[in-house]
Amino acid sequence: MHLANDQLAEPVIAIRGLYKRFGDRVAVDGIDLTVPKGICYGLLGPNGAGKTTTLRMIYGVTFPTSGRIEVFGLDIAQHRRSIRNRLGVTLQDNSLIEPLTPEENLRVFARYHLMDEADINQRVDELIEFLELSSHRDVPVRDLSGGFQRRLAIALSLVNRPELIVLDEPTTGLDPAVRLALWSRVRALRNEGATVLLTTHYMDEAERLCDRVGIITDGKLIAEGAPRTLIAETLAQDTIELDCSPQEEARLLDGLSMRVHRLRAGERLMLHVDHSVALIDHIRSRSTDDELHIIARPTTLEDVFLALTGTSLELGE
Amino acid sequence: MSVSPRHALAVWCRNASMYSRTWKWNLLPNFFEPVFYLTAVGIGVGAYIQEMGGMPYVAFLAPGLVCVSAMNGASFEVTYNVYVRLTFEKSYDAMLTTPIEPDDVLAGEILWALTRASIYGGSFFLIVVAFGLAPLPHSLLAIPVLMLTGLLFASIGMAFSVNVYTIDYFSFYFTLFLTPLFLFSDVFFPLDERLTPIWQWVAECLPLLHPVRLARAAFSGNASLPLVTWDLTYIVGLSTLLLAIARRGIRRRLTS
Repeated sequence: MHLANDQLAEPVIAIRGLYKRFGDRVAVDGIDLTVPKGICYGLLGPNGAGKTTTLRMIYGVTFPTSGRIEVFGLDIAQHRRSIRNRLGVTLQDNSLIEPLTPEENLRVFARYHLMDEADINQRVDELIEFLELSSHRDVPVRDLSGGFQRRLAIALSLVNRPELIVLDEPTTGLDPAVRLALWSRVRALRNEGATVLLTTHYMDEAERLCDRVGIITDGKLIAEGAPRTLIAETLAQDTIELDCSPQEEARLLDGLSMRVHRLRAGERLMLHVDHSVALIDHIRSRSTDDELHIIARPTTLEDVFLALTGTSLELGE
Repeated sequence: MSVSPRHALAVWCRNASMYSRTWKWNLLPNFFEPVFYLTAVGIGVGAYIQEMGGMPYVAFLAPGLVCVSAMNGASFEVTYNVYVRLTFEKSYDAMLTTPIEPDDVLAGEILWALTRASIYGGSFFLIVVAFGLAPLPHSLLAIPVLMLTGLLFASIGMAFSVNVYTIDYFSFYFTLFLTPLFLFSDVFFPLDERLTPIWQWVAECLPLLHPVRLARAAFSGNASLPLVTWDLTYIVGLSTLLLAIARRGIRRRLTS
């Protein structure tokens, strides 16, 4: 019921036939995308897939070669200022004013939105508390750690109380504890009713944070859905990993009766099956190496990504 | 989309809040520089010069140097500082995630460069007044001239900055463009006494010549209306042309 209602409501973002060319290079190659109100949507893809270009077209600083984008039901080509007044964007680069303190940075940014002084005072206090910046409120930004700087960059994009929050690789380069903290802030924002659109190339991030994900490669949206559904529809639920050569692989899997999806990256072999126990038994029975190290785990979004794109995200770096 | 004055002002405010952190340290050299110039060149070199352009050398120098300081104030702002904000700090990319448009960025930066030119030139002017070299009240007309100087060099620098792709070019801008202007624009010696008529026509191309001539007229209280009109037309006309070029450039740099 809950989902059905979301689908019925007017989408926050509606993209039809989006296409963008830079000279001879096609960056976005015919994307249709709808983001319903109140969800967290993740755009996944390797670097250069067209994620950032798509985001830039959504907030109106890159202009589509063809296609149409509506945000809040308004055409971005005609309503850039009013749409941007209602959304917030965290860029990949923090672009903070380094000699100034977090509080001063927030004040400068609030003025870009033409907020009045009383409102700015209130909002600055709220955001400093929300992102737990109070201990560093008066420290120049250049003296803050990467995690604090990233939190401030996110705080800047929230200053106008946006209905849509766009986060371009929000946690790239951050340590695990900071990532966890940021995820909880993003969830809190969504729970308060904001719509979140983020890009990432961390599949665990997408799986934990996003209600819906879309996978982009070479400018095309090749798969879309809730992370669990996407995994279930694409691959079997279990995954085992082991190191072996292609010759060994043929021998180990010989005579196997079950359906197995295979993916190889160098020596690493990944097998996706419905029931890993039977497969592990089979491999062990055929292996001459008693020490053969086999990892069994649930199938993740990363496996889906690799299966669909045939590329490793890390190779894309 | 055209300029939204309130958004342009927000861009101005960003630079002002940076400056407000360091203004005391920034302002101090502004007062020392004119003192050095006026004493070393005006009084030191001037001791060997009976008079120039019909006045003591230090008095001849003063109006030109006031314009030069406004030129420098604007130029530093729209070259190195703008380039850093454009490419390294990515401040403009952040601004464009808000309702600010490229035209507002341009307007705000020009306004800010004009502000810096007025602060630089204004403090120089105060020292010149303190030295008793600026007859009041008519030399107060040099203040609007300072602002025009700021506008002109903000426009020139901005058109240059948004069209270069490496910071190394700025040293050319300063050594091959601003330095010769500084030396050959009627600041240190009267051009019309040194040049043949044809070269005098060529010299009319020099951007700094026009503000210097206006400032000289303000200081002396004698102005020829056609010449003042021509100088004003040159400044406003060239600024408008270069702002149009800068506008195209900044749109190309910030949007795609």
